[in-house]
Amino acid sequence: MSAAIANPEAPDEPAAAAQPPREGEGRREVRGGRGRKRRSKRSTLLTVGMLAAAAYFLLPLFWLVVASTKSTGDLFSTFGLWFAGHNNLFTNLGNTFTQDGGAFTVWFGNSLLYAVASAVGGTFLAALGGYGFAKYRFRGNQAMFMGVLGAMAVPATALAIPIYLLFSQIGLTDTPWAIILPSMAIHPFGLYFMRVYTDSAVPDSLIESGRIDGAGDFRIFFQVTGRLLTPALATVFLFMLVSTWNNYFLPLIMLNDPDLYPVTVGLANWQGQASSSGGASGDYVPLVITGSLVSIFPLIIAFLFLQRYWTTGLVSGSVKQ
Amino acid sequence: MSADTAPRAAAAPRTAKGGKGPRYARTGYLFVAPFMVAFTAMFLVPLAYAAWFSLFREQMIGGNVFVGLDNYTRAFTDPRLIQGLGRVGLFFLIQVPLMMALALFFALALDTALLRLSRTIRLAIFMPYAVPSVVAALMWGFLYGPDFGPLAQLAERIGATAPDFLGADLMLGSIANIVTWEFTGYNMILLYAALRAIPTELYEAASVDGAGPWRTAWSIKIPLLRPAIVLCMVFSVIGSFQLFNEPSIMRTLAPNVIVADYTPNLYAYNLAFVGQEYNYAAAVSFVLGFVIMAGSYVFMLATNRRSRS
Repeated sequence: MSAAIANPEAPDEPAAAAQPPREGEGRREVRGGRGRKRRSKRSTLLTVGMLAAAAYFLLPLFWLVVASTKSTGDLFSTFGLWFAGHNNLFTNLGNTFTQDGGAFTVWFGNSLLYAVASAVGGTFLAALGGYGFAKYRFRGNQAMFMGVLGAMAVPATALAIPIYLLFSQIGLTDTPWAIILPSMAIHPFGLYFMRVYTDSAVPDSLIESGRIDGAGDFRIFFQVTGRLLTPALATVFLFMLVSTWNNYFLPLIMLNDPDLYPVTVGLANWQGQASSSGGASGDYVPLVITGSLVSIFPLIIAFLFLQRYWTTGLVSGSVKQ
Repeated sequence: MSADTAPRAAAAPRTAKGGKGPRYARTGYLFVAPFMVAFTAMFLVPLAYAAWFSLFREQMIGGNVFVGLDNYTRAFTDPRLIQGLGRVGLFFLIQVPLMMALALFFALALDTALLRLSRTIRLAIFMPYAVPSVVAALMWGFLYGPDFGPLAQLAERIGATAPDFLGADLMLGSIANIVTWEFTGYNMILLYAALRAIPTELYEAASVDGAGPWRTAWSIKIPLLRPAIVLCMVFSVIGSFQLFNEPSIMRTLAPNVIVADYTPNLYAYNLAFVGQEYNYAAAVSFVLGFVIMAGSYVFMLATNRRSRS
């Protein structure tokens, strides 16, 4: 597709490669000198307006970066949206990771473990299930699928207390399983998404020819269709990673042991200490700020790194909605 | 079924989907079994257990006694719960239309050819989604704050006083701003993805008829986006009514404004983990769940009816 070749710096728009060029890609034709009359003008007004919107969304993050470079004194005495003369970032980072016997380091590791384990396990369950629902006919297929979809309307937090009650009965609270098991199992959207995607991305004839070659159905799934499902797998993985990494309510109620906290609960705890004793523990303020900055890096990196996959995944997944 | 597989139909079950033989049905069950087992264990069983649990009451004398639906009659007349529901209902009415309008506008703007730097802008608006809501609330809490918040500092420079963002009057609006900041980009991406999936022939026809980009957006894109918009709205119903993280963080900054029953979820949490009223907390969770499901259902019904008429 010419659009994709003509614009190599936009690898995040594989949708353009999968579809014929359209209005949205008109600008590339303009660049190539084959511009249409009406679409050739870009709007400065719209661009300026959208840049202003983007500034609003970036402003708190900019503040966070600036604040992470300041000592407690500078935080209170200098203007919040610009750097102080003295860069305290590395001291702050060092303090954040070593305070309270390296508590933040432990929380960060916990968050990684919970998020990756839930996302890997959950993506695997959703992929197998979505494939089964999309490609096999069996009694109860529709009923089970609709049942799972109905679960989407049940709010996660209304479910958290029931899960807590059950888990405390069987002694699973205050263990990593209390976070990982619910996070990987309750993701109806992942299943829905994998089913829709499998339906459109995996041709029946491919499965059929695999069978003729004598491959078992699971081997076909893992070795033949896996590659076709990559964008969807990356999308589901990423969204599950985000939802577990960002989860606060479930770990808050499940975990008592600070050594098991994820960063969200840990930071909230530090914030509680920073504000409860007023100025006395003002030293926690830079730790909360720097810890916050550190906690958002993994996800931003994951999003940027997997960008070309999840943008395609979302577009193809929404075709059949 | 596609034509190329049809000739084999007699010999072997044609395709996976057409394969009605018992062997393939069994394989289908094997594929969905892991998900269904996990789902049953983590969703159906806890719900059933908590439903049973919500029918009891812990008493000083006599321990755990069966009280039938008493916890539910209590919940439906509990002013603290009703007030919280009213608050998140108000929150929903103000915040969600604003956020969806912004998300829709941004998605449409990104989908036109009129925009420079569209890729950068898209990423910038989406980025807050990658920020944990706890961190978002912490950041905005500092930004709102009277001590070293830049808003207060700016106001001081021009000799004014910044409004008390953490006071009782503005708190709900301040939380609405945080939630809008977090989720506008996410909704924008979902709508944008749906826009990219619209067949291009429709635009070409409109273009031939002389429709400009705004006219195309209004008359073609928005009507076609309807299912995606409804989906986003339903997610937003769910999100608003279970509001917890942001108020719970803001509570550390303004404990007198964000009371223990500020939102229904905060109330359920405090009932269970501060007051040890687990049975009643379970009932409150169920009431909240019912309200949310009823809300999403009514919403879908209303939008469906309108699209038919």
